[in-house]
Amino acid sequence: MSTDAIEHGDDLVPELEPLHLEAKPDGPGAAAMLATGIGIFVLGVLTTLNEVSESLRGFLEDFQGSVGVGPLAGKTILGIVAFFASWAILAVLWWKTDVNIKKVFYVGLALGILGAVAMFPPFFEAFAAE
Amino acid sequence: MELNTREAWTVIHGLVLGAVFLLAFAGGLAGLWSLRPGFLTTSGIRERMRRLYIGVGTMAVTAWLTVITGTWIVYPWYRESLAGEELPGSCEGLVKPALDVCSPRDFLRSNVSGDTSTWHTFGMEWKEHIAWTAPMLATASAFLVIYYGPRLISRPWLRAATLVMFVGAFSAAVVGGVFGAFLNKIAPV
Repeated sequence: MSTDAIEHGDDLVPELEPLHLEAKPDGPGAAAMLATGIGIFVLGVLTTLNEVSESLRGFLEDFQGSVGVGPLAGKTILGIVAFFASWAILAVLWWKTDVNIKKVFYVGLALGILGAVAMFPPFFEAFAAE
Repeated sequence: MELNTREAWTVIHGLVLGAVFLLAFAGGLAGLWSLRPGFLTTSGIRERMRRLYIGVGTMAVTAWLTVITGTWIVYPWYRESLAGEELPGSCEGLVKPALDVCSPRDFLRSNVSGDTSTWHTFGMEWKEHIAWTAPMLATASAFLVIYYGPRLISRPWLRAATLVMFVGAFSAAVVGGVFGAFLNKIAPV
């Protein structure tokens, strides 16, 4: 009988029994889910704020170096940093820990949807300076 | 028969990496979908998981390579400001962007060859941002598949959540890929 199934109250699967799988805590999986939502949210928020603030746009453009990427350089670099940094921090905090992975997934999903809306052109262009 | 540097990079960015991404997604989706109780024998699970790890890993790596080459190599050619402050400027009378005279962005925004500005303000602006969500989603879903492995068979909700992220990565890449193909048709770099 799968110990993982007992641990999490999910389906019992006879074909898994010969594999002798040990239970794995949900903390690291939840960290990956939430970090993805955070990364997408940060990218989306920066996309919208780039339209609002001239000074932020200049700051984001500074990330491009001598390559003509423009503010997209800063938006994506900071979004990726948010993704990996939050993943690393959450993974350390939740390592070998069982968390409510469903709740964490839905929080990550909500952040991801908000981020996706914030990087949808009709939305962020509504904030563009005339 | 040859490709110049710009054409070669657009082929690598869109066609080569895009095709690998698509193949990896198709294999990963089929593998993930079939991780259900009663679908596989024990030896079938062992064999299936190896392929699934390779598939989801390949998809994540390919997604990163696609957005990095797109943003840092191809995109600067697209967004060069060559036509001057007042459009259409040097784009006047052109039916395609011209090297050192009228960049693809200048060309689209100037509307000198039909109503093209929306391709930039909607198509390119959406593509360049949403595409970056694909590697994040693909990496996280690859981690979930590798971390939980065959345990996903006994945890249907977790398998479904992983599938949502996996398909989300593909959907974001589709937006990027479809607009990329149209933009390269209308205003090639």
